[in-house]
Amino acid sequence: MSEVTSGVAPPYPALSEKLRFYGIWLVTGLILLALPKIFGSGGALTTFSLIGISIIFSLSYNILLGQTGLLSFGHAVYYGLGGFLVIHVINIISANKLPIPLPLVPIIGGLTGLFFAALLGWVSTQRSGTAFAMISLGIAELIASSALILRTFFGGEAGISANRTKLFRVFDWNFGPQIQIYYLIAAWTLLAVIAMYALTRTPLGRMCNAVRDNPERVQFVGYDPHVVRYLAFCFAGFFAGIAGALAAINFEIANSAYLGALQSGTVLFSTYIGGIGYFIGPIVGAIFVTVLSLSLSDLTSVWQLYFGLFFIAVVTFAPGGLTGLLMMHRPLLKSGTLGKMLPSYLIALVPTLALVVGLVLATESIVHHTVHAGDDPNIKAFGVNFNASSPITWIIALFLIVAGSFAARLTWRRLAQAWGDALSAAHERGYHA
Amino acid sequence: MLELIVISTLNGVLFGMLLFLMASGLTVIFSMLGVLNFAHASFYMLGAFFGFQLSRWFGFWPALLVAPLLAGGLGAAVERFGLRQVHKNGHVAELLFTFGLAFVIEELVQIIWGKSPVDFRIPSVLDFPAFTIFSTNYPAYKMFMLLVSIAIFVGLLLVLKKSRVGLIVQAALTHPHMVGHLGHNVGRIFMLVFGVGTALAAVAGVIAGPALVTQSNMAALLGPILFVVVVVGGLGSLPGAFIGSLLIGLVQTFAVSMNGSLEGAFGPLSPTYAQSWLADIWSVTIAQIAPIMPYMLLVLILIFRPMGLLGTRET
Amino acid sequence: MRQWIIAAALLPVLGGVALAQETVKIGYIDPLSGGGASVGEVGFKTFQFLADELNAKGGILGKKVEIVPLDNKTNPQESLIQAQKAIDAGVRYITQGNGSSVAGALTDFVAKYNERNPGKEVLYFNYAAVDPVLTNAKCSFWHFRWDANSDIKMEALTNYMKSASAIKKLYLINQDYSFGESVRSAAKTMLKAKRPDIQIVGDELHPLLKITDFAPYVAKIKASGADSVITGNWGQDFALLLKASADAGLKVNWYTYYAGGTGGPTAIKQANLNHQVFQIAEGIPNLGNPAADTFEKALRAKYDFSLFYPRVVNEMRMFAAAAEKAKSLDPVKVAAALEGMEFDVYDGGKGTMRKDDHQFFQPMYIASFGDRTEKEPFDEEKTGWGWRLAAKIEPEQTMLPTTCKMERPN
Repeated sequence: MSEVTSGVAPPYPALSEKLRFYGIWLVTGLILLALPKIFGSGGALTTFSLIGISIIFSLSYNILLGQTGLLSFGHAVYYGLGGFLVIHVINIISANKLPIPLPLVPIIGGLTGLFFAALLGWVSTQRSGTAFAMISLGIAELIASSALILRTFFGGEAGISANRTKLFRVFDWNFGPQIQIYYLIAAWTLLAVIAMYALTRTPLGRMCNAVRDNPERVQFVGYDPHVVRYLAFCFAGFFAGIAGALAAINFEIANSAYLGALQSGTVLFSTYIGGIGYFIGPIVGAIFVTVLSLSLSDLTSVWQLYFGLFFIAVVTFAPGGLTGLLMMHRPLLKSGTLGKMLPSYLIALVPTLALVVGLVLATESIVHHTVHAGDDPNIKAFGVNFNASSPITWIIALFLIVAGSFAARLTWRRLAQAWGDALSAAHERGYHA
Repeated sequence: MLELIVISTLNGVLFGMLLFLMASGLTVIFSMLGVLNFAHASFYMLGAFFGFQLSRWFGFWPALLVAPLLAGGLGAAVERFGLRQVHKNGHVAELLFTFGLAFVIEELVQIIWGKSPVDFRIPSVLDFPAFTIFSTNYPAYKMFMLLVSIAIFVGLLLVLKKSRVGLIVQAALTHPHMVGHLGHNVGRIFMLVFGVGTALAAVAGVIAGPALVTQSNMAALLGPILFVVVVVGGLGSLPGAFIGSLLIGLVQTFAVSMNGSLEGAFGPLSPTYAQSWLADIWSVTIAQIAPIMPYMLLVLILIFRPMGLLGTRET
Repeated sequence: MRQWIIAAALLPVLGGVALAQETVKIGYIDPLSGGGASVGEVGFKTFQFLADELNAKGGILGKKVEIVPLDNKTNPQESLIQAQKAIDAGVRYITQGNGSSVAGALTDFVAKYNERNPGKEVLYFNYAAVDPVLTNAKCSFWHFRWDANSDIKMEALTNYMKSASAIKKLYLINQDYSFGESVRSAAKTMLKAKRPDIQIVGDELHPLLKITDFAPYVAKIKASGADSVITGNWGQDFALLLKASADAGLKVNWYTYYAGGTGGPTAIKQANLNHQVFQIAEGIPNLGNPAADTFEKALRAKYDFSLFYPRVVNEMRMFAAAAEKAKSLDPVKVAAALEGMEFDVYDGGKGTMRKDDHQFFQPMYIASFGDRTEKEPFDEEKTGWGWRLAAKIEPEQTMLPTTCKMERPN
C-alpha cells in the first residue's frame, strides 16, 4: 500500500513547516489550558465540555460524510452505546474497587463504538449513497426502540446513572468539580483530534477519499470499496464511542436520548454547517451549533425554526459550510485583493440585515398571535422589546422585508460582480487556492 | 380469534394502502430525480392540516379535493425553486435540503396549528358503523379510506400504463438518463412528478387525518417507516413499493394482536438469569415489539436480499 | 502545576459567593419548545400565577419571588445543562415535573452537586413526576414531591374499587415505560389483595407516543369481554385510545390517571363517554371549597386553562410557609422545616410531607367526567362537561410504606 501512495504523497515537509505544524497543536493545547482562567463559571465550563464532546463526535461523523461520502442518519447509535457501556463500566469499577482511573475509561467507550460499528457496519456499508442513508436510519430506529425494551441494560427511558467520583484516584483528583472534567475532556479532545487528523494522512484516509470520488476506479486499482467503507465506518464508530463516553462521564447518566434521531440529526447539522470539505470544518460547526443551541432557546421560543432555515440556507447557498465560505477568501487574502471586496460586502450587509430583521420581526409577531394569543402583546425576542399587535411593528416589518429584499438583490448582484473581478485578479497573480 | 383476524386484516390492508399512497410518490420521485425526498411525510402532514383547515371553511368534500392540490402546488414549488438550485451541489446536498425542509415544515405547522392534536372530524355522512362482525363495529369511514386508496391505486396504474406521461415516467424508472437524451423536457417532468407525488401524500393525509390523529408529530412518526417500505420493496420499484406497503401494514397490525413471548412458549426463565438482561428479551411480547418489526424486517432483507424484494437498481 | 489548577478552579468559586440575593429565584425546568411545550407552558403560567399571589402578599421573608423559565426540551441531558445554568444565575430552588426520566436525572444531579459544593446547596421540588422510585430506592434529602406517586394513586384507586362491585373483568393497557410498568404491576398486586374476585382479562403495554391507530388494541379489549379498563395513558395516547374505542363501539368504564390533561376532556366529549371516565387526582374543580373556587375563577379569568396542578398551589404556599418557619431562605434550613410539615391543602383538609421519604400525602379524589348539575359550576376545555366527585380517599388510606433510607447532611 505504501508503494502506491508514496508516489502521490506530498514531498517531505521542510523544518519550518514542521515547526509550524507542531506549533499549532501546542498553541491549541495552551489555549485549552488557559480557557477556564478567563471563563470560570460552572455554565461556561459545561459549555466548553459540551463543545469538546461535540468536536470529537462531529469529526468522527466527518470521517463518514466528508471523507468517505457516506451520509449516515444513525451515527448516534455508536455514540450512545459507548456512553451506556461506560456508565456500566464505571459502576462495575467502583463496585469492585478496580484500580482503573477515570481518565482511562473513555477508551472503553471507543472500543464499544468500534465493536458495534464492526458488527453492524458490514451489512450497511455494502451500499453507498441513498441506500446507505436509509439503512443507517433503519438501524438507528431499531436500536433506539430496542433500548426502551431491554430495560435491564438501558434502564428504560430513565436511563442509568453512575458516580464518577468513586473511582480509583490518581494525583488526588476525584473528578467531582466541573473544572477537572473540563481538563479531562480537553485532553481527550486534543488527543482525538490529532488522531483523526493523522488518519486523514494515512493511505487508508486517501483511499476513503478515492472511494468517495470514484468507487469504480478504486476497484480497478485493486481495492474493494466495500472494505474501505467498512474500515472508515469502524473508525468513525470508535471515535463516536469516545465522544459518547465523555458525554456519559460529563452528565453521569446515559439514557435512550443518546441513541436517538435527534442526536444523529444534531451531529449531521453541526458537521455540515461547519463544512465537510475541510478538516477543521466540523470543529467550527461543533462550536457554532453547540453555542447556538444552548443560547438560542433563551432568546426565542421558535429557535428550531430559525435553526432549520439557517441549515437550508447553508445547504442552498454555501454547500462548503462556514469553513468553505472562509476558505473561498484565501486566494484573495494571499493576493491582496480582499480589500477591494470590503466595500461591496458592507453595502450588501445593510439591506441583507434589514431583510433578516424584518423577517424575524414578522415571524415573532405571527408566533405571538398564533401561539400566545391573548397574552400581553409587548414581547421580547433576541433581547429587544416590541409590541406585536401595534400596526407600527407590522409596517416596519413589511417595509424592511420589501425594501430589504429589493435592495439586497441589487447589492448581491454587485457583490457577485466584485467577487468575480477580485477572483480573476487573484488568479492573474497566480493564487488559485 | 376469527374476529381478531378479520379486523386485523382489514386494518392492516388499510394501513398498507395508506403507506402505498405515500410510497408510490416517493418511489417515482426517487427514480426520476435520484433524490429520496426526506420531507415526503411532511407533505402527508401538510395534507392533513390543509384538509382540517379547509374542511372548517368549506366542508370535508371540497377539502379532499383542494388540500392535495395545494400541497402538490407547494411540492412543485419546492422542486422548482429549492431542489433545482441545490441540484448542482450533488445528491447529498439535495437529501439534506429535504431533511432541513422536513424540520422547517414541522416547526411551521407547530406555529400555525399548535402542538396538540387538532379536532379534525370525520364527515357526518360517513360517521356510522359500516358493518358489525362479532359485535365489533367497523366504521364506514375506514371503508371509505380503503376505497379511495384503491381507486387512486387503480388510477395510477392506468396513467402509468396507458398515458404518454406514464410511459416516460416508466422509462425513467429504469433508464433515467436515456429519457433526458431523448429530448423530453426533463425539468418540467420533474416538477410535475414532484407535484403529483406530494399531492398523493397529501391525499393520504386528508383521509387519514380524521381517522388517525392530526398532530405536528405525525410526519416524524411515519417518515422512517416510509423509508423502510421503499427500501424493503426495492428502491425505484413501484410494484415493490406496493408489496412492501402491504407487508408492513399487515405485519404491524398482526403483531399488535399477538401476546406470545419466549416466556409463554418455553416457560419462565431459570432464576439464575432472572435479573439479567436476558429476562427482558424473555418476557417481551410480540405486541410490544410491533413498532420495531418494520426495522427488523429491513435488516433481514438487507442481509438476505440487499436490493430489496423487487429492486433491480443498485442506487 | 496541580496547585495552579486547583487555584484556577477556586478563583471563580470565591468570586461567585459575593453576589447578594435580591429575589427568591425558582428555576422552572420543563419543556418550553418542541412537542412537550404545550404542557410545559401551562405549568409555567401556573407557577407564575402563584408567584404573583405570593408577591402580592409581600413575597417570602420580604423578598420577591421570581420564576426563571428554563427550556429542557424534555431531555435529561439538556435539563442538567439548564440546572447548571440556573445555579450560575443564583437559583437555589429548582422545580420540574414532566417526565420521570428528567426527574431521575435531576435528583441525581442535585444530590451530587450538593455533596461536591457544600454551602451552596440546591433543593429540588418535584410537582408532577410520579415514578415511585424517587421516594423509595432513589430517594434523596434534597428532593421533595408534592404529587402522589403512581403507587399511592393506585392504592387510592383500588381502595375505591374494593366497594365497586360492578367491576368483574378488568383490562390493563399502559404505555411501555417505567410509569406504565409501575401502574400495571401495582394494579395487579393491589387488586389481588383487595379484590381477588376481579378477573384481569388483559394486560397490555404499548409503545410510548408512537401509536397512531389504537383500533387493533381496542379489538383486543373488546374480544376479552372486559367491563372496565385501567390506564395510565396521557396525552395523545389517551385521546387516541378513546377515539378508537368510540369508533369500535366499546362500552366500558375507564379508570385513568391523566384524563384531565390537555386534550383529554375534549377526547372524552367526542367519544361521548358521559361519566364513564374516572380520574384519580389530588384535586378537581367542582369540589365546592369556596377558597379553591375563588382561586379557580381568578386563574380562568387570566388564562384560558383550568387549574390542572392543585399540587403546585400546595408546593408554592408550603415553600413560603416553610421559609417563614425556618426564618431563612437557606435551602438546608428550608428542607429541615419542610420535613414532616403539616399543611392545609388547596382543596381543604390536611396534608403531610412525610419525613421518611419527602413524599407529600393529601386527600385524593376520584371523579368522573360528564354533564353537569347545579353543583358543578366549572366545565373543562369549553366542552360543557365537567368533573363530578365520585369518592374522596383520606390520606390515611393512601399511606404506603417506603423503602427509603434517607441520608441527611450532618
